[in-house]
This record gives sequence, C-alpha cells and structure tokens, in this order.
Amino acid sequence: MIASAYSVPSVLIFLTAALLILVGAIGVITLRHPVHAALSLIMTLFGVAVAFVAQSADFLAAVQIIVYAGAIVVLFLFVIMFLGVDRREGVSVEPLVGQRAFAALGVVLTVGGLIALMARSHWVTGVMSVSSAGKAISTGQGNVKELGTAVFTTYLFAFEATAALLIIAVVGAVLLARRERNVDAEEVSP
Amino acid sequence: MNVPAAWYLVLAALLFGVGAFGLLTRRSALIMFMCLELMLNAVNLTFVTFSRTLSDISGQAIVFFVMVVAAAEVTVGLGIVVAVFRRRSSTSVDELSEMKG
Amino acid sequence: MAHVATLIILLPLAGFFVVLLNGRNMGEGQIGAVATGAVGLSFVSTVTTFVLLLHQSGREVTVNLFDWINVGSLHVSAALLVDPLSVTMSLFVTGISTLIHLYSIGYMHAERDYRKFFLYLNLFVFSMLVLVLANNLVLTFVGWEGVGVCSYWLVSYYFDKDSAASAGKKAFIYNRVGDVGLLVAMFLIFSHTHTLNYLEVFKLVPAYMSPTVVTLTVLALLLAATGKSAQIPLFNWLPDAMEGPTPVSALIHAATMVTAGVYLLVRMSPVLAFSSSGRMTIAVVGGVTAFVAATIATSQKDIKKVLAFSTVSQIGYMVLAVGVGAYSAAIFLMISHAFFKALLFLGSGSVIHSLNGEQDLRKMGGLARYLPLTFPTFLIGWLTISGIPPFAGFWSKGDVLTNVYQHDKPLWVLGLLTAILTAYYMSRLFVLTFRGTERFREATEGHDPHESPWVMTTPLVILAVLSVLGGALDLPWVHRYSLAGFLGPFITSYNAAPGAAPSTGVQFALAGVDIIAAAIGLFAAFSIWRGVSESPRFESSFLEHVWRWDDFYDASIGRPLTRAAQFSDDVIEPKVIDGAVTGLAVSVRRSAEGIRKVQSGFVRHYALATVLGLAVIVVYLVARVG
Repeated sequence: MIASAYSVPSVLIFLTAALLILVGAIGVITLRHPVHAALSLIMTLFGVAVAFVAQSADFLAAVQIIVYAGAIVVLFLFVIMFLGVDRREGVSVEPLVGQRAFAALGVVLTVGGLIALMARSHWVTGVMSVSSAGKAISTGQGNVKELGTAVFTTYLFAFEATAALLIIAVVGAVLLARRERNVDAEEVSP
Repeated sequence: MNVPAAWYLVLAALLFGVGAFGLLTRRSALIMFMCLELMLNAVNLTFVTFSRTLSDISGQAIVFFVMVVAAAEVTVGLGIVVAVFRRRSSTSVDELSEMKG
Repeated sequence: MAHVATLIILLPLAGFFVVLLNGRNMGEGQIGAVATGAVGLSFVSTVTTFVLLLHQSGREVTVNLFDWINVGSLHVSAALLVDPLSVTMSLFVTGISTLIHLYSIGYMHAERDYRKFFLYLNLFVFSMLVLVLANNLVLTFVGWEGVGVCSYWLVSYYFDKDSAASAGKKAFIYNRVGDVGLLVAMFLIFSHTHTLNYLEVFKLVPAYMSPTVVTLTVLALLLAATGKSAQIPLFNWLPDAMEGPTPVSALIHAATMVTAGVYLLVRMSPVLAFSSSGRMTIAVVGGVTAFVAATIATSQKDIKKVLAFSTVSQIGYMVLAVGVGAYSAAIFLMISHAFFKALLFLGSGSVIHSLNGEQDLRKMGGLARYLPLTFPTFLIGWLTISGIPPFAGFWSKGDVLTNVYQHDKPLWVLGLLTAILTAYYMSRLFVLTFRGTERFREATEGHDPHESPWVMTTPLVILAVLSVLGGALDLPWVHRYSLAGFLGPFITSYNAAPGAAPSTGVQFALAGVDIIAAAIGLFAAFSIWRGVSESPRFESSFLEHVWRWDDFYDASIGRPLTRAAQFSDDVIEPKVIDGAVTGLAVSVRRSAEGIRKVQSGFVRHYALATVLGLAVIVVYLVARVG
C-alpha cells in the first residue's frame, strides 16, 4: 500500500482515527437535528479514543468511552428530549451579518498559525520534559499504574479539588433545574 | 516506526478549528455545547500526543483532570440551558440578547 | 538723626492705628486732637531732622529700617533717604497737613463718619511721607499706591452719592493707568542696572543704560507723573475728585498727592539728564497742559472746579520747569503753590460752609462784608496766584518762566499766555464770589452768612502769612541761603551744570512782562464780570466741558470696551467657553454611545471576538518565531 517509512498498522490506525474524528466533527456542525448531531459527536469521541490507544494512553481511552461517550453524551440526549425533539434551527440562514466570514477567517488564521508554530519548533520532539515529576512512560510498569502514581502523588491536591468540584457541580445542577415553588406550597420533594 | 507525532498534532488542530467554527456558527445552545466538547477533545488529543513524545506522564494526568472538569462543566451548563430555555419555544442563543448596550 | 527721621513716618501711622482701634469710643474732639497731634508731632520731627541735616557734613543720610526683599539679585530694603529734596518735601507736606487737619476739625463737625475721615487722612499722610522719604523705587511705589488708595477712599467719602462713588473710581483708575508707567520704568531700570536704590541707580545710569533705554524710562516715568499729577492725557479725574470734602481737595488734590508726580521726576533728575528728547517731551506736556487747563478754568461755574483746573494748570508749570531742567524752580513753585492753593481751597471751603453747601458761582456774590477773615485771606491767595509782587506767586512763577525763557522761547510764550489766563480766571472767581450783587439769599434761606469758627480761620491766616512771605525762600539775588542753594548741590552733583543765570537786565525785563500779563488778566476780568454773573460769550460750552475730553475717552475707549465685553458675554462665553467644555462632554458621550454598539448582546459576537483575538495572538507569535 503506502510505501513509507512508517509501519503500516500505525498508519492505518491513524487514518481510521482521523476519519472518524473529522467526519464526526463535520457532522456535529452541519446536522440540523440535535439528536443526529449527538450521534455524530459519539463517532468523534470514539475516534479520539482510538487515537488515545495508538498513543499508549490506555486508561484514558477507556475513561473517554465511559465518561465522555457514555455519560456526557447521554446527558445531552436527556436534555434534548426534555426540551423537545422537534426543535430545529435553520442552518442556512445566518441572521448576524458577517459572522460566518469572520468566523472562518479567525479559525483559519488560528489553526494555520498553530500548525505553523508547531512546525517551526520541530514538532517539539527530542526535547526532554521540563517537569521533573514526569517519569518516562516506557518504564514498563503499565500505563494505569503510571498514571495512578502521578495522579495520587504529584497531583494529589488537584485530584481532591476536582472531587470537591464534582460535588459543587451536582449541587449547582440540582439548584438550576429546580422548578419554582408556589406560595401555597405544593409538596415538592428535594 | 510509529506515525510521527506531527500528524496527530495537525489532526488535533483541525478538530479544534472545526469545533471553533461550529461554536461561532450554530445557534442552538445544545449544538454549541457539543462543539465545545469537540474543542476540549482536540486539546486532550494534543496533550496525550505530547505526553508520548516527551515521555512525560504529566500530559496524561492533565487530560484526566480535563475530563473531570469537562464533565462538571457539562452538568452545570446543561442545567443552565434547561433553566433558561424551559419556557421558550426555541433554543436559539440569539434570543438571549437583553444584555445589549 | 535716624530715630527722629523714623518718627516722621511712624507718628501718622500711630495716629491711624489709635483712631482705628479706639475710634468708636472717642468723641469728635478727641479724634481730631489725636489725628492733628500725630501729624503735628511729625512736623516737629521733620523740622528737627532738617536742622540736624544742616549740621551734617554730607547731606545724604540713609536710614535703614529693615531688609525687605531678598530674591536672587533683587535686594530691596525698607530704608529712608534723608537729603535736601526729601526733607523739603516732608516739611511742607507735614506742615500743610497739620493745618488742614486742624481746619477739618471744624469743617467736618457733625458729619456722619467723622472718625473715618481722620483715619484715612492720617493714613494718607503716612503714605505720602513714605513716598517722599523712600530711598528706592519699590518703597516709593508703596507710598504711591497708598496715596492713590487713600485718595479713592476720601473722594468717595459721601459714598452713597452716585457721582462721588464714580469720581473715586475714576480717580483710582486713571492713577492705575499711570502706575503702569512707573512699573515699566522700574522694570527697565532693574533689568539694566540690577538695583532699584536711587543712589546706586544714579551712579550706574551712564554705564549700563543706552540712550534709547533711558528715553523709554523717562517716558514711562512721565506717564506715571501724568497719572498721579493730573497732566494730559490723564488729567480729567481731578475735577471729578472735587466730590470729596473740601479739606481733601485742599490737601490731596492741591498740595500733596498731585505733586508726587513732579517729585518723582525731580528725584529721577539724574536719569532725566541723559535724555534730551525725554525732557523735551516732559516740557511740552507740562506747557500744553498748563495752557489747556487754564482755558477750561475760565468757563467753570463751580468754585471748586475752577480751583481744580487751576491746580492742573499750575502743576503743568512745574512739569514744564522740570522739562527744561529748572528743578529747584519747580520745587519752589510746588511749595508756594501748596501755600496759596491750600489757602484758596480752604477759603472756598469756608465760603461753602457759610452758604450751607452752595458751590455755584452764580449763587454767590457780595460776601466781602460777611466774612471778615475769609475775605482778606482769600484776597491774598488771589493776588499770589495771579503773580502780583511781592507775594510768593510772583517770585516762584517768575523763576519758572525765566528758566523756560532761557531754554525754549515758544514754550515761554505759552507759559505767558497761561499766566494771563490765570490772572483772568482767578479774578473772575474773586469778583463773582466776594464782590458784586448778593445772589445767595436763596441758599442761606434769608439769613446772613456767618464766618467760620477759629479752627477753620486760623489755618487760613497762617497760610496767608506764608503766601506773603514765601517768596523769601528763593529770591533771585540770594544764592547761598535760598532754596536753590539748599537743593542745588544735590541736583548738580549728578546733572550737568544748569547753565549761566541770565543777566540782571533780562531778569528785570521778564519780571516786568510778568507783571503786565497779570495786570491784563485782572483788568479784563474786572471789566467783564463787574455786573453780571453769567456771560455766555466768555464761557464757551466747549471749554466748560473740558474740551470734550471725557466724551472723547468715552467714545474711543469706554464704549468700544463695553461693546467688547458685551460681545464676550453674549458670544464667547456661551459658545466658545461653554461650548468647549460641554462640547468635550458631548463628544465623550457620543463616542461612548458609538462604542456601546459593540455590546450587541449576542453571545456569538462575543465568542467571535475571542476567537479573532486568539487569531491575532497566534499570528503575532508566528511572526516573531519566524
């Protein structure tokens, strides 16, 4: 097939991931029905998971599927259903003048600039990590153990903080989604 | 040899760009959130790629936390969407323009 | 000597403070006594200083009171210069002031605000003495302004009368215009010689000041003198100043303040010596003023206005004398003028007092037999000013005219014509007031006019005596013990010698011409005014209205300025100034309103802004890395 310096399987995996990601992304931004868009999003998330695996981030790939595709997208679908499935928007019309043109300009400049930056700095290869806490992945201890050690020792404070954050998020969500109480109180269980 | 990191980085950049464009162009609040997720995923992909090239586990640890925060953010964000659009007939964000001037 | 000299100026100041702080508790008599006593003691101190100065070897003594200004190269001390000129001035200032204070006790009896009058009068004497005794231009300027302010207060004494209030303002404003001249002169002198002390300046003038600068300085000093001494073009405040009480007119506007301008020019004579064009200008101004004022005096109907214009005219003579370099003649005329003009003013005050305030000449007449002391003293004053020998006026005016004759014949002719007019209008005044038919019955409501009390007539007598004997100060054939001898060394030590005295024959001839001129004036007046009180043929309206000078100033300066001010108020104030200020506010508001539109309320606009900003940053980084 492609006679290249790179191993065929890795190229194939990359192509698969790329295809899934890009097609899904374009689907999200063009499809009119929100449920269709959600399904497209799932496709993208799967593609990203594949890319994770290809980069030896096994644990993260699993978490990606479970949390992102499994929980977050489901949450999206809940809300879509809750607010009414037949709510569509006209994609062809753009009420704000010049929005699309400027958006395209901004995005092209940003992405192009980012790629150019990375290209100029040799794709940041060969430079050793500046963080002394980082350990080489290829110590052969397995990805999960590596990641776990890092999270529970170096980044312990962040871990605890995110735990608190999750509680706060739950409380916030409950509060936001509450229905208003009437004065002659009808029993609403908290 | 593995595929060079450059390809994955370019892919992530493209994904980010697509997500950004969608965020600016779509009017439905829910679709805009999904585009936001796309952008977050692009960032995650970049981090993981760099983690591989620099042989540093910190990249993956960061992605771990990003995912947590993204989850929390989606929770609260959709709660807001529900609260705002509960009584309206459409989910277009263009209607929420009372803070003008 | 230093202590005595200091007392000269401190005593009137002390009088001022005593009356200021305690006056409300003091009766009329006490206030009068304190004020007159203060000035009287000042006179005694002056006499003592004079005697001490005579025994001094060098006739210049500086009495340093305290260091005043010390800024950079400007060192001004509050110091007195006791020399022949300043002592002479102080003598007659304090002497005449004492007499007028005494007179005022009677004249101002039962006036409202008796205390205020004596307060300002004492302050005036203090300022005048500071002016005269100062040893530098700055301290002189302090006194200069002081007398101006006191003059304003005293002219507006009857301040609820509109004409009096306006007259005070007019006097002050005209003085102010002249003050610009004095300030400019000070600036010019200081910028070239870096000192304002008289003695130092006199030494430095030839080396440090070019002829053009000296001429400019002299002209600036002339401007100051015209303001203070009421010469052309700043003279029309003096007749209006007659609104003040008569003692004020006598003291300030006849004997002292108006002579300050002449004093300044005489004091600065070493500077004048270096500018012949400046001196010529001074002489012309003096001569023309003397003539013009005399013509105006012939047609005035108010007794005090005649005397006011007469003062302008006589000071014109003094300025003329200064212009031709006859400094001691100018001072001699100043002293004798102080005597007879004060006498005439106080006498007219006595007349006005006896007629319950009537000042119009048409309503007087035949007063000779009712005023047994005022009449003879006034007669002496009349003869003196007309230049009849052997009274003081003949000698002093003759001295001036002789000197003018030697330097400039045309101006001498002008001076002679003025002398004729002087005799004429004074005789007219005399005839209309004291002789002829009695026209005053209406003013006195049928009663007979009464003579004034002793406090008023005593000064009249003293001044009359001085007018008779005053000529002895400077008789032409006496040289060592005369005024000229006393002042001379002071003046000639800095100036060039004044030139040879004229021969005796010329002097006699000129004296004869003077007498003939006086006789012409007298005879003309008596023949015209014997039977009538008004004569339109000889009282032209043009002359009566001061050659329409006030109208000219009004049209050329007053009204255009008023229009400009009105324009400023109507147009510049609301449109330009307010416009700029509110315009600023309006433009800020409009730009804010424009910028406000950026906040459209659309989330997607804000997101777009964020992304575009990000794009800018990225592009910048790419450009830098590249």
